[in-house]
Amino acid sequence: MSPLLSLILIPLVTAAFCMAGAAPRRISLFGAGANLFLSLYLLTSYNLEIGGFQFVSENILVPAYGISFSLGADGLSLVLLLLATLVTFAAVWVSPQGEKFPGMFYACLLFISTGAIGAFASIDLFFFYAFHELALIPTFLLIGIWGSGDRQRVAWKVTIYLALGSFILLLGLIGLWLAVPEGLRTLDIRLLQQLGTAGILTPGPVVYLLLLFGFGILIALFPFHTWAPEAYASAPAPAAMLHAGVLKKFGLYGLLRLVVPIFPQEIQQFAHLVLVLLAGNILYVGFVTIAQKRLDLMLGYSSVMHMGYAFLGFVALNQLGLGGMSLMLFAHGLTVATLFALCGEISRRTGTLEFSELGGLAGITPRLGLLFGFAAMASVGLPGFATFAGEIMIFFGAFAHGAGGSFNWFQTITALSLWGVVISAVYMLRAYRNIFWGARGSAIKDETADLSSGVRWAVIILIAVLLLTGFRPGLLLDYLNPVFAYLP
Amino acid sequence: MNPLYLEVSVVVLGIILFMVEAFSGAGSKRSIVYIGFIGLLGILAATFFADPALLDSSAAYARFYSADPLAIFLKQFTLLTTAVVLVMALEYAPTVEAGLPAERRGAGLGEFYTLPIFACAGLMWMASAVDFVMIFVSLELVTITLYILVSYLRRNENSLEAGTKYLVLGALSTGFLVYGITWIYGVTGQFHLATIAAKLPALDQATAPALLFGFGLVLVALGFKISAAPFQFWVPDVYQGAPTPVAAFLAVASKAAGFIVLIRVIQTFFVVPALQEKILPLLAVITGATMIFGNLAAIPQGNLKRLLAYSSIGHAGYLLLGIVSISAPFAGTAIVFYLVAYLVMTLLAFLVTTIVAQATGGDDIANFNGLNRRAPHLAFALMLSMLSLAGLPLTAGFLGKLFIFECAIEEQHWILVILGIITVAAGFYYYLKVIRAMYWQQPTDPDAPEIEVGGPAKLTIALLCALIIWIGVYPAPLLSLLP
Repeated sequence: MSPLLSLILIPLVTAAFCMAGAAPRRISLFGAGANLFLSLYLLTSYNLEIGGFQFVSENILVPAYGISFSLGADGLSLVLLLLATLVTFAAVWVSPQGEKFPGMFYACLLFISTGAIGAFASIDLFFFYAFHELALIPTFLLIGIWGSGDRQRVAWKVTIYLALGSFILLLGLIGLWLAVPEGLRTLDIRLLQQLGTAGILTPGPVVYLLLLFGFGILIALFPFHTWAPEAYASAPAPAAMLHAGVLKKFGLYGLLRLVVPIFPQEIQQFAHLVLVLLAGNILYVGFVTIAQKRLDLMLGYSSVMHMGYAFLGFVALNQLGLGGMSLMLFAHGLTVATLFALCGEISRRTGTLEFSELGGLAGITPRLGLLFGFAAMASVGLPGFATFAGEIMIFFGAFAHGAGGSFNWFQTITALSLWGVVISAVYMLRAYRNIFWGARGSAIKDETADLSSGVRWAVIILIAVLLLTGFRPGLLLDYLNPVFAYLP
Repeated sequence: MNPLYLEVSVVVLGIILFMVEAFSGAGSKRSIVYIGFIGLLGILAATFFADPALLDSSAAYARFYSADPLAIFLKQFTLLTTAVVLVMALEYAPTVEAGLPAERRGAGLGEFYTLPIFACAGLMWMASAVDFVMIFVSLELVTITLYILVSYLRRNENSLEAGTKYLVLGALSTGFLVYGITWIYGVTGQFHLATIAAKLPALDQATAPALLFGFGLVLVALGFKISAAPFQFWVPDVYQGAPTPVAAFLAVASKAAGFIVLIRVIQTFFVVPALQEKILPLLAVITGATMIFGNLAAIPQGNLKRLLAYSSIGHAGYLLLGIVSISAPFAGTAIVFYLVAYLVMTLLAFLVTTIVAQATGGDDIANFNGLNRRAPHLAFALMLSMLSLAGLPLTAGFLGKLFIFECAIEEQHWILVILGIITVAAGFYYYLKVIRAMYWQQPTDPDAPEIEVGGPAKLTIALLCALIIWIGVYPAPLLSLLP
């Protein structure tokens, strides 16, 4: 059995066991842990000198359409697989004990993980799409059954939004497939990339826009972002970790994997449109984030805001920008996962996430305070964290676009986006102060417990990886850079 | 084996079952279902050995009977549906008994089990009909059997109301059909489809309006059968009022036969490009209206059978989209594939509905609240069928939609494709409503015992679930079977 297939099957089988009534927490931890080790093993056994897609396995399912269950991974997919397994492991670990229907709960988490892993590991267009769709239903159930607040309405909104995005995406993918000259028709992503870079496959602007907005809705591109903050605020913490940290990266991965190699001209043609929208993400949503009065909503908006940077790297369309974007995917995934995990812990301890009712928590729960501080700094993009490395590469990449002469659009928007760092600092530091420092809030009691050792270690691992890859981004860039070697 | 024997054996099976019912005395009549089920599966197996070459092309019947792959496929389709409907009917028996003014136990049940078999024979003939007279006669055999079945629960007002509506509108559509055939016959002097197709190109241009008028009338009648808008008004009331197994039969087998006949008629008229140009816009409008009406009207429904009725209208819309794109090379296979996917998921939905409605006393969506707690397996099966109906990837429904949409894009019916995408998104909403009821809501009676499921039903449910996933993930074997 190919290792990538095991990576997909392990969570799937574990989920089946959970639903069948095995001790769900223990077996999920075991499955997620095994998967994490497997992805580390894949990362180390990947041959960097050869590069390209490795661990390839193909099973043709529908010859008429060329649908084939093909798996394979290059540097980019491996990094995202590591992200997926790492966050899954952490999400399972921090899942509170004593949830209702624990079997279903863990099964849903593992289904989301399966969907994300399958999408990252597929090199067949059909399964690339299908695996992601598969993760919609567990998200719906997780928010609907275990969510908080106005969970039912939010679950509907998210599902309809994401389904609509997926359909637009599907239209784009069909258009892409039909644009391949007859006789070369294929769903193999590797071949599509080759055809794209060779200039044989030119589907045109309509397909590009369908893909851009299809993926864009899934990524929460401004102005299609309204589903995300509410969803993350309502979802139980482990679900928010998995969705914001991993599943949302599917859209960005799709942009890198399909759109960049096939649509270089269209990306330039519509660069202004994307630049304006991403400025909306960074500045407009940034200000909205500052205005938030609840931690969970604020984190949701901040996660949407950071997607703007990713789009900046995308539209820069050079090695530096795209390398930074993919590094940022990894870093951002870990950061939001950490933040949502800690946010869930705070809410469980105090029963509220309103800034006005919180304060002085660090005096009672110093470990929680310290770790939240680290995560907040990572989110702001402090040097030393991988987020910083990713963002700085994106800024350089975008600014290098058309340098010389007067300021062009790219440079203007990049300069404006730099203010996003200040905006992040404003809301993050304010939130940190409001929750952990200052006068004791009304919801804080003396007997509030600090982090349990289990949760603590899960979070420490996430932060340690962020720091490690922040100080030595080369660890990941060795895998990521060759993927974009064909670009200027 | 000569394919003619297939229908004959189904009719003989039906007569045998009537005899068993007449002489077996009182009782639960389960044996009728078992004999019928095994008999139908036997005939289903025989279809794979049917050899069209054995048909005598000089015989009189050759003018109106064809056993092309499409016909054989629909026969298999119908036999399978009828077999599942019998299993459903077995689960539904208590309701039937309660709905009949019976003097002794089991009276009336035997006919309820046997009549679907005659409808099945009618549908099988319809599949082979290549002549307007044959189409008409087989259609009537099916419809008259269904008149009885729809209004079978004589003590139940809803069933009677459904029967009346079906009778009145069915008779009306029959009238349209005959009148349309008359016009076509008046112009061409022929009933036989292939002969009409051969004569059409040579006809005088001046006859085109009369021909189109006749075609339009036939389209109205077939639109009634396949529940295309604006001829769909009977569907929700009839599905809701009719006994659930009969509703399933109407939704699956009757509709599929309507589509096969529609394909045959349309192919006849599409040989003339001038006619095709006039017919396509009309079909496109009907397709769009059907997709929109079926999916949007399903949104506010609170009764599961009614919801399934509207959803079946919506699915008719997607199938029509395939027919509009019939010039695409893959369209025929796409339509047939969709029909198979539709059969599996719809029958599963109706089967689970039958069982749960018996146990909870109603088929409103509220009756399914908290089903996850009471019967996790049934809830999972219904969820799977709803997801497949909605078109989630890796289920049969997704591939069906994908193939159809691909054909439509190839034929560049952009407006219809966009409408289709929007309505599919709407579909997600109302199918998820059922899932929400089962998984999110509290059960109305938390102490209710687990729901008991009979052995044959359990087996059928498991089989249909496996088929949904299998077709959705690995459709190659099925595709190679399709004509």
